[in-house]
This record gives sequence, structure tokens and C-alpha cells, in this order.
Amino acid sequence: MSTVTVMLAGVGGQGTILAADVLAKVAAASGFDVKLSEVHGMAQRGGSVTSVVRFGDEVHSPIAHPGSVDHLVAFEITEAGRQLHFVKPDGRLMVNARFIQPMPVLLGTMPAPTGLEAILDDERAIFLDAEELACEIGSIKSANIVLLGALSTGLEFEVEAWRDVIAARVPAKTVEDNMRAFELGRQACEKGECAL
Amino acid sequence: MVSGTLLSGNEAVARGAWEAGVKVGVGYPGTPSTETLESFVKLPDVYAEWAPNEKVALEVAAGASLGGVRVLVTMKHVGLNVAADPLFTLAYTGVGGGLVILVADDPGMHSSQNEQDSRNYARFAKVALVEPSDSGEALEFTKQAFELSERFDIPVIVRSTTRVSHSKGLVETGDTITPAALGEYVSDPSKWVMMPAMARRRRVDLDDRLSALVDFAETTSLNRVEMRDSSIGIVTSGVSYQYVREAMPEASVFKLGMGFPLPVKRLTEFASSVGRLVVVEEADPYLESSLRSMGLEVSELYIPRTGELSSAAIGAAFGLSAPQLREAIDDLPPRPPLMCPGCPHRGAYHALRKINAIVTGDIGCYTLGALPPMSSMDSCVCMGASIGMAHGLEIARSDSNMKRPVVAVIGDSTFAHSGMAGLVDIAYNGGASTVAILDNRITAMTGHQGNPLNGQTLMGTKSRELNIEALCSALGIDRVRTVDPHDLAASVQALREETAHDGLSVIVFKAPCALLLKEKELPFSVNDEMCNACGLCIGLGCPAISKTSTGKAEIDVTICVGCSQCVQVCRYDAIEATGPACDIGGV
Ligand SMILES: Cc1ncc(C[n+]2csc(CCOP(=O)(O)OP(=O)(O)O)c2C)c(N)n1
Repeated sequence: MSTVTVMLAGVGGQGTILAADVLAKVAAASGFDVKLSEVHGMAQRGGSVTSVVRFGDEVHSPIAHPGSVDHLVAFEITEAGRQLHFVKPDGRLMVNARFIQPMPVLLGTMPAPTGLEAILDDERAIFLDAEELACEIGSIKSANIVLLGALSTGLEFEVEAWRDVIAARVPAKTVEDNMRAFELGRQACEKGECAL
Repeated sequence: MVSGTLLSGNEAVARGAWEAGVKVGVGYPGTPSTETLESFVKLPDVYAEWAPNEKVALEVAAGASLGGVRVLVTMKHVGLNVAADPLFTLAYTGVGGGLVILVADDPGMHSSQNEQDSRNYARFAKVALVEPSDSGEALEFTKQAFELSERFDIPVIVRSTTRVSHSKGLVETGDTITPAALGEYVSDPSKWVMMPAMARRRRVDLDDRLSALVDFAETTSLNRVEMRDSSIGIVTSGVSYQYVREAMPEASVFKLGMGFPLPVKRLTEFASSVGRLVVVEEADPYLESSLRSMGLEVSELYIPRTGELSSAAIGAAFGLSAPQLREAIDDLPPRPPLMCPGCPHRGAYHALRKINAIVTGDIGCYTLGALPPMSSMDSCVCMGASIGMAHGLEIARSDSNMKRPVVAVIGDSTFAHSGMAGLVDIAYNGGASTVAILDNRITAMTGHQGNPLNGQTLMGTKSRELNIEALCSALGIDRVRTVDPHDLAASVQALREETAHDGLSVIVFKAPCALLLKEKELPFSVNDEMCNACGLCIGLGCPAISKTSTGKAEIDVTICVGCSQCVQVCRYDAIEATGPACDIGGV
């Protein structure tokens, strides 16, 4: 299989790193070569963060470049806009409909981005509200797993592989919640809300 | 079917060292190298420690090597500047037990103050260097590095970069070996006491060892020729190899796993077997200039010399058509990294801003005080520089009427790393600076490592806490005071008084990193009716506080840790305590 590139983009603290780790392990458990890259460092919260997972028969570069991403999962709408040009013209673009004010907006030195939703809509983005779905099961921290559930409908891994890796990777007492979060994300897509 | 364990490059280096029988690891944290020692210490039957700085780390390792055991040292690229002094002479002494130094470079400066290319150090210091291109090689090359170090009696650098250290890939792991029992310790001053007479002999011997290494480089499988289409031959190394394979899958490649010394004969042979010889490398034109000085004809290729490479950049250099792109959205507000909600540094900076201080800064989370809204830092150069620079600035400006006070700002880990000598200098030479030590009880920026000030060791034991007050008093500094930076009024007062005092004083701003708080205070929220939309709390730059459409403040109770700094700046009593986050359902 030729290499598939997935990018997870969000704001520090949103759980992109754990989500990327789960995806990479699912790809490995499914028999693929896989590479995952992320940049740590600087402050723990509030910065833009991206993780890239690439899998296939043989993966060389661990990173993505503009026009190379097959699936972008944006955990926040400004970050979707920031990474848009990384997504292939026929790539899949999934956006968590949440806006986290960047500091320059907070301080009033830059306006909040306007019209982002319309632009992303034109780019055939699939919108989702992962926090709302996660709140349905009373666990807002599982929003990242909701998004993985949604992503999973576009990838060819067995559902069981996802469930096994998630169960092994999240804190033991949150396994139940995260299983439901994953299912909610899948259902949101299967209901047609995530159709391309 | 591909198999193996998913490991980062750093984890793979640690694993490789362990598989090579290494029982001792020492380093100083620094992105992107930090996780190496952190994962090494989790392996069975090892001892590892954080040293206060990289020079000490390498010296501890040199002692362990003298004692006959294999030892791993870890640091980031700028750490090697600090450790350069022992490194250059350890090339002369050589090793007892294998001595391998992981050095992680950061092209693109994801979290560094410069992007120096450590391959130059190998040539400069005359030590061997291997350069893995992914996690699998990181494990394998590290193992081999220990063999090389002992066989050729030389320290070996494993040079990594951010994309090798922080990328994960599938790795075949193996078991560890049991080192042979140590014999009786035997003194060997001709090898280890580098006075001129001995050093001169070791200098000649070093050249012999290096030429034996060149012979080795000619045959080792660390270097590999992949002949495909012979019209283009690409010489490359490290992660650049991966980009080359992706961008130019048909090209012939000379992959150098050993960056120093280079195999002249094999490279010359490769050059003559391909039509056009080019070099693809990240950072400095290290290989390119080496090949040119071997007399090889390297064809020009435009490869960016700054920042990181990518397969796209290499494709562009070879004139391949660029991928089709969606239109980028340019004018989005950036997200610079921020001090966390409840960060004690915010209180210290609030006070520094209040007294309009000129801040000679240093490196750590508190460097973020340079960014809006605090915008309160005048310099940041290298670890420890804040204190010497404050002194120098005051010397330069002693005659002029300096209206703003100068304050050196330095973190706890950084103070132990290289701040102390600066303080000794001011005390010795009678300077009058004000030094603020931002003691958040941890090395926060690199992900929470212990340090001499909090006394947490890497082995998980509690040791001594360095007592700053006692240290200062031993240096003859009588004005030392400790303040809670969350107490804004007290912080401002301390800074006012100490900067007004004509003499050296030290203020320790002491409060734990917000991420260390196990029991969080209840979050605060804004009473909308009382809020006057003045923006004072917003001006603290706390990520938990945002502005609503009416201009009033709003607190995200899910991330507020109840530090109360905003309560103290509010003039309208509009910020009040609330219940736990879940009860009020903040999303
Ligand atoms: C020579 C050198 N070694 C390591 C680093 C990486 N580094 C940057 S800041 C820092 C430590 C910061 O800790 P501290 O001074 O306690 O400040 P905090 O981040 O906790 O606020 C380290 C290790 C560096 N920049 N330079």
C-alpha cells in the first residue's frame, strides 16, 4: 500500500499527542510500517501543535509537507485553517467546531478570524462538535477519542484494533468512557454527517 | 508484514545503550534530547542522573569511563558548547569503558536559541560521529557506537536531530549483554593526565586512531551505497536520507551512517560511478565542503541552508513539479506558546512590568515573559547569561542616569546550570545588580526534571535541596529575600526595594510550577454584572481568561487553577470563587 498521511492539529492540551500515538499503534498492529512525528518543547499549553502519522508498506519521511496530507483532523477551527494547505486537494478534512481564542485575539491586537467556517465549508470540511459529544457521556476529556472515532470511518483498520489500542493506552478508569467516546465519533460519521 | 516496537529516536538510543550493556547514563535536559535519559532510567538495572550542566555530565561520564564501564551521555546541541572543554581533551585521552554522547540538534529551532550543526564538532574535536536516520538506526548505531568507542579508544557522538529524536518508528529490540566483571583498577597517567608532555604523545596517537577509523569507515556497513539509476548520485546522511528516498526513489544514494571520519576512497569511487554527484544535507554544508576538499566535483543544488529540509524541498531542488495545493489562509492569528494558567512566573513578570524593569533574561519557561502581553525582556542569549549581562549593562551605564532598574531574571534549573558563577562575579567585583531567581521548584520547560534546587534525583530519590539563601550568604550577599510571586503586591514591593538598594541583592520568587499542583484551588469566575470590561485581568495573558463579545472577561473554569492573580488585579471585585468545574458545566 502506498503511504497514507494523517495530520492531527490542535492547541496544546487538547490531546492530539495521545490521539496520534493511538493511531500509530493501530497502524502498526494492522501490519503496516508506520512513522509518527511531533514537536515537543516550549510551553505545555496554548501553542499550535501538530502530529503527523504516516503508514504504508514502507514509510520514509516522518513529516508532512504542503499538499501531502490525506486526512486532516483539526481539533480546533483556527488550526484547521492554519493547516489547510497541507491537505491534498482530494484529501479528507475533519474539523472540530470549536474556537479557542489565540492570545493576540484575546489581547485585541488581532481580530478573530472571520468567515473561516465558510472557507472550510467550501473546502468540503466535515464539521463535528467533539466536546459536545464527549459531554454526552460526561467526560469532556474524551473529545480526542471522539475525533479518532470519526477519523476511523475513513481508514481501513478493523474496529477491534482501535478498541484494543485505546483500551491499552488510556488511563484504566477511563476505558469505558473512551470506548463510548470512540463509538460516538464513529456514529456521528456513520449517520452521514461525515460524508465527503 | 512489518513488526517491531514503536519507539521514538530518543527511546531507541536509550534502548540501544542498554542492549550494549550500559549501566550508567548522565545528562542535562534539553529539547529534543531529554526523553533519552528519561527512558534509559526506566530500563532494568541501570543508574542515571541529571547533572547540573552538560560539562559536569560529560566529566561524570569520563570518570565512569576511566573506571572501565560503558556510559551514555545526553544533551542538546547547545549543551555540547558547554561540554566542549572536556570533549576536546577526551579525544586525546580516549576512553576506558565505551563513552557515547547523544547530541540532538534542532534545525528549524523548534525549541532552541540557535541551530548549530554538531557534525562540525566531531571534525573540530577529532572524535567519531554516527548519524542515524530513524529509530531503527538509532538503536543499532548506538549499540555499534559503544563497540567503536572501545575498539578505537575514542568518544563517539551519536548525532540526532529533532525529526529523528521525536519521530517514532518500528524498531526490532533485543536483549542486553552482561558486561565482563571489572578487573583491578590500574592508574595510567600517560593516558589520562593531559599535561603537555603526555598530551603531545596522545596527540600523535590520536591521529593514528583517526586513521584507523578512516579504514574502518571504508568498510563498515554504517555507510551504505544504494545503486539505482546512475545518472544522479546523492550523498546524504541522517533524516535527509529519508527525505531523499521519498523525493528521489530512483536515484543512487551514498548513505553515510558515519559522519566523521569520512570514507574518502568509497566516496571517490561512488563519485566516479554516477553521472552527477550531489549532496543533500540539512543545516551546514558539512558534507559538501568535505567532499569538495577531497577533490570531488560536487554539482550545485539549491538546498536551503536554514531551517529544516523536507522531501518537498528536495523535490523542488531537483526541479520536480510541486504538489497541487489548496490555498493557504495567511492572516490567521498565531498561537505563540504561553505561560500556563496559574503559572507563578506570570506574577513575577507582572511585578517586573510594574516597576518598568530592564530585564536581562535567561532560558526557560520564563523566557515567555518576552512575548505580549508582558513584553518585558531585553535580552536572552544562553543559559546563565542573565546575571553576567545585568552586571555588564550596569557597568556600561554606570555614568549615565539610568532611569529604569536592571533586573537579571533566571530560573532555578538555569541558576544551578550556570548562573552561580555569574553571581560570584558580581559579589567579587562589587556590582550592585538585582538578581531575581524564579524558583518554580522544577526544570519546567523541558518537561519537569528534577534539579539541585528541588533535590529530586532521576533515580526517584529525594536528596538535598540547594539552599539559595545560605549559598548567597556564603558568597557574602546579605540582601536575599524570598517572595511568593502569586502575591502581586509583595512581589512589586520586593522589586521596588531591592532595585532601589545600592548593592547586590537576590530575590527568590518561590512557588511551584502550576502543572505540579496536585490539589488545585477552586477555579474563579467573573461576575458579569460587576465586570467593568477594563481589560486589566486580560492583560495578565492567562489562557484561562478571555474576552466576551461585550468586552467583559470570562474565565474558563476547566483550566483555571485558582491562583488568584486576576482577583488581585481586578479593581471591581468582579472575580469570585466558584464551585468545581464539573458542577458548573463549563465547556
Ligand atoms: C546549554 C543548554 N542546555 C539545555 C538547554 C535547554 N533548556 C532550556 S531552558 C532549560 C531549563 C529551564 O529550567 P528553569 O531554569 O528551572 O526554568 P523553568 O522552565 O522551570 O521556568 C533547559 C534545560 C539550553 N537551552 N541550553
